[in-house]
Amino acid sequence: MNELVFIALATLMFILMIALAVMVIRSKDLIKAAILLSGVSLIASFVFVLLRAPDVAMAEASIGSALTAIILVFAIKKTNRFEEGGEEK
Amino acid sequence: MMERTTFHRSLPAIALALLFAATLFVAFVEVDFGEPRIEEELPVNYQPGEEIDTENITTPGLRYLANSSEETGSANLVTAVVVNYRGFDTLGEVTILFLAATGVGALLSFIKDDDEKKKKKILPPSLILNKGARLVLPLIILFGVYVFLHGHLSPGGGFQGGVIIASGMLLFYIAEPTKGASHKVISIIESTAGLAFIGLGIVGLMTASKIFLANDFAGDWGEVGMLVSAGLLPLIYIAIGFKVGSEMTGLVEKMRGDGS
Repeated sequence: MNELVFIALATLMFILMIALAVMVIRSKDLIKAAILLSGVSLIASFVFVLLRAPDVAMAEASIGSALTAIILVFAIKKTNRFEEGGEEK
Repeated sequence: MMERTTFHRSLPAIALALLFAATLFVAFVEVDFGEPRIEEELPVNYQPGEEIDTENITTPGLRYLANSSEETGSANLVTAVVVNYRGFDTLGEVTILFLAATGVGALLSFIKDDDEKKKKKILPPSLILNKGARLVLPLIILFGVYVFLHGHLSPGGGFQGGVIIASGMLLFYIAEPTKGASHKVISIIESTAGLAFIGLGIVGLMTASKIFLANDFAGDWGEVGMLVSAGLLPLIYIAIGFKVGSEMTGLVEKMRGDGS
């Protein structure tokens, strides 16, 4: 792969990851936060593919973006969906 | 007053943590982490595709690159390191996963669902989800089995394959909220797979090299790159795949609780 394309793609992915992570912190809706968090993992697994680490990418995609999100959603369903002060009327 | 009682209560925990830290310190103070184990030379930069000078190997990484296909018969270098050279670490990793799943189960067993929440009606899943899950579930499980069966040939392995199977079961749980796999069957599969891993390690004790988790059949079975090759590595990965798959399925089932 062309080195410039590689650097540009990787930088784009890193910016997207940071943006998504900030959205996770700012979100008051916890289910939305869990789904955004799985998006962070999905982009991270793409970065691992770019860095030629397909083994790690598979683990990140399956654990990070599928199982973690669903386990968090199950936990949120048993407690409260909204953070304090963030409940929509 | 309040602070004092909480501090008083946490004293045993602090003492235990300090004792644990002291034990770890005594155990690991002798180990020099980060030192090259083969020769005391600076690591050499390796470029992919480069021919390795086998006479002048200075780092463990270069040693694995040069000898892994000969010593382990695995076409996937990551698998060679994870299961062959660092097999004992993998056993520890599987144990940690097992302890985490057991801990979640133990914690959740204390929580009982409130009556109020039980009265909530479970919404049936939509037709598309229900029928689509039935169509896709066998394919996901087949892919998971493929991933851990080909761990020594292509990227992936026991952990990844097991988690893919578990996410397939997760889809099943969402599509069929009232049904679930039997806890008994899950725990039987899990313990059998764990015992199989240890058993394959003991095989290494009995064969030529007399080392736990040694892989002495590497050169005897098949050629590098064939499905039947790499000695015990595929068998260990099958055991790990079953163990991780059943463990994660059990974890998801415990988190789901009854319905909803």
